[in-house]
Amino acid sequence: MTVAAIKEYVGVPRDRVENFNGKQLVYVSWDHHLLFAAPFLLCLAPQTSFRELVEGPLTALVQPDPDSAAIDWTKVEWLKSNQPWMPDFERSLADNGIGHKDQIRMRTPGLASLSAAA
Amino acid sequence: MSTVFIALQANEETRPIIEAIEIDNPLAVVNRQPAMVKIDAPNRLVIRKETIEEQIGREFDLQELHINLITLGGNVTEDDDSLTLSWAE
Amino acid sequence: MDMKVAKKKLGLKEKYRLMTRDLGWEPTYRAKDEVFPYVNYEGIKVHDWDKWEDPFRLTMDSYWKYQAEKERKFYAIIDAHAQNNGHLNITDARYLSALKIFLQAISPGEYAAHKGFARVGREFPGVGTQVACQMQAIDEIRHAQTQIHALSNYNKYYDGFHAFADARDRIWYTSVARSFFDDAMSAGPFEFMIAIGFSFEYVLTNLLFVPFMSGAAYNGDMATVTFGFSAQSDEARHMTLGLECIKFMLEQDPDNLPIVQGWLDKWFWRGFRVLGLVSTMMDYMLPKRVMSWREAWEIYGVENGGALFKDLARYGIRPPKGWDDAEKAIDHMSHQFMLGLYQWSFGTSFHSWIPSDEDMDWLSAKYPTTFDKYYRPRWDHIRKLAAAGTPFKNFGLAKLCQTCQLPVVFTEPDDATMSCHRETEYKGEKYHFCSDGCQHIFDNEPEKYVQAWLPMPSLFQELDGDIGAWMNWVSLRDGEDNGDYSGSRDQRNFDQWRGMATSNT
Repeated sequence: MTVAAIKEYVGVPRDRVENFNGKQLVYVSWDHHLLFAAPFLLCLAPQTSFRELVEGPLTALVQPDPDSAAIDWTKVEWLKSNQPWMPDFERSLADNGIGHKDQIRMRTPGLASLSAAA
Repeated sequence: MSTVFIALQANEETRPIIEAIEIDNPLAVVNRQPAMVKIDAPNRLVIRKETIEEQIGREFDLQELHINLITLGGNVTEDDDSLTLSWAE
Repeated sequence: MDMKVAKKKLGLKEKYRLMTRDLGWEPTYRAKDEVFPYVNYEGIKVHDWDKWEDPFRLTMDSYWKYQAEKERKFYAIIDAHAQNNGHLNITDARYLSALKIFLQAISPGEYAAHKGFARVGREFPGVGTQVACQMQAIDEIRHAQTQIHALSNYNKYYDGFHAFADARDRIWYTSVARSFFDDAMSAGPFEFMIAIGFSFEYVLTNLLFVPFMSGAAYNGDMATVTFGFSAQSDEARHMTLGLECIKFMLEQDPDNLPIVQGWLDKWFWRGFRVLGLVSTMMDYMLPKRVMSWREAWEIYGVENGGALFKDLARYGIRPPKGWDDAEKAIDHMSHQFMLGLYQWSFGTSFHSWIPSDEDMDWLSAKYPTTFDKYYRPRWDHIRKLAAAGTPFKNFGLAKLCQTCQLPVVFTEPDDATMSCHRETEYKGEKYHFCSDGCQHIFDNEPEKYVQAWLPMPSLFQELDGDIGAWMNWVSLRDGEDNGDYSGSRDQRNFDQWRGMATSNT
């Protein structure tokens, strides 16, 4: 649908990738781990490897959860745009097909210290 | 059945108005909360100028209600003598 | 001898006719379409503007008289508050967080509503409508001014009040309310009336002003009760205007029904999201509570909103699309928000805290199906972290909803353990949402919402993620305005001054 307007109405997106000084946004969340109130917003260079994302900001951010020490990163199940997906830890975000504003989810079956059974 | 309501500030000016509303609306339920009074009634509530005037012993313009009115629920019908709140049955 | 004949007092209906209809005129040297160029493009058909009638039949002369009376009452209490150490008579300085949110996010909304009503009062051709909008425009600016004035007394003593105008423009959580009003003001006059006059005023402001202000009274805050109820006395008229407007549109032409229904769906959900913050103010920020958010929703949402939509069914209106999802969210939203506010409190110009045992017992009694199951375990863990000297701060910042601009703190309507992930692609760009409701709103008018200024992404665009620079930019004084209430300057000052006020040492 279009916006009701008296003349042609075209919006200019505010958060296109070229406005981020060479970086991009990535959203990361951990299913059933709602100690973290919302998915994390990260701003990273597209050349960052997936391993750097995981071992850097992500490991630091999930640390307050009692399950964090028990995460086996080789067994985490990943989703991208809500679809099952397998990252290559050694390759960059760009090479892994992680675009600007993509949402990545991680699942760790069996870890649910603070989560009620659904 | 739907509930109509009116809420007024709890103060000396509204005390006789609330009494008048109780006289004119036997089905009304008066809920007293901190600093306010909320009056609920099934489908319809009527506020009459004449009854208020009998309670306060002076002339009363129904629009004076605006000063102490907090909120209401229902369709409003107002003339010189009464203000009615109602939902379509 | 001349006899002075007493003039007969005009009846209400006659006076209303003289003071509205008789003030209008038909333009002669310009076409009506040129004088009122914005009244047709939204597609609403109006055949007879004279059918618009204010049920209160308030005219400007009476309006000034009663508003002056309200102002006199208001200032008598504000003066008494300032003269009698009103800032020490509140139950607890935690309560001030609710006032800080109010001042930063809601009072500017009153000012925005003022601008909107001044504009639509000019854009509508009907005289009755013009007069009603004029009154409401003046009311709204009065609300903004009296709120700022009343709360300025607290600014003399407590942190977090001093830069509400910068907070309004720049801080992340205020963009929620600001975008709501910007959305309404950039719509046409009829949609504006549905957005503010109907959805916000009629369906939702009762939840904002009534139980919360009654709560202010319960917490010893006379200043806020006074501006709250003084404002709310105008709201009764605004609600009536909003309801009148919707009935007018529906009665004028059957073609208006689908347009009006679409606006109701949109603006109910927009308003519900903005009011989410109020749920937290009620359940967590009032030291003494009158009722829970759930109980307030039962009265003003379920009972009164239900009655309203039942009444409008005669025109073919059904309850707004998001109604059922709203009901499912009621027992969760205040907890989800407060957990968020606590972990991001380094970036809020108000304090938050971990609820005490007593608070948590109250919450589990009021939310028996949700609090102990989902939320108490998180608070217990957060308390453990604080006791260990590693208080929980979430520096991850948050994904925001493209439509309502809130952090995506919400869960699936039927699974409170799963965060709600919704996304769409439009013209090659990805957009994220907190709910189906917000995604539908975007899908209907994507060109409007792609322009959203989202504060979290902007922090990286403009300040390279530098939180210190961001704090300076939003006038947030680190260590004073933000963080946990426990150990804050507000807490120290309140305890010390209250001690001085009740003893001679």
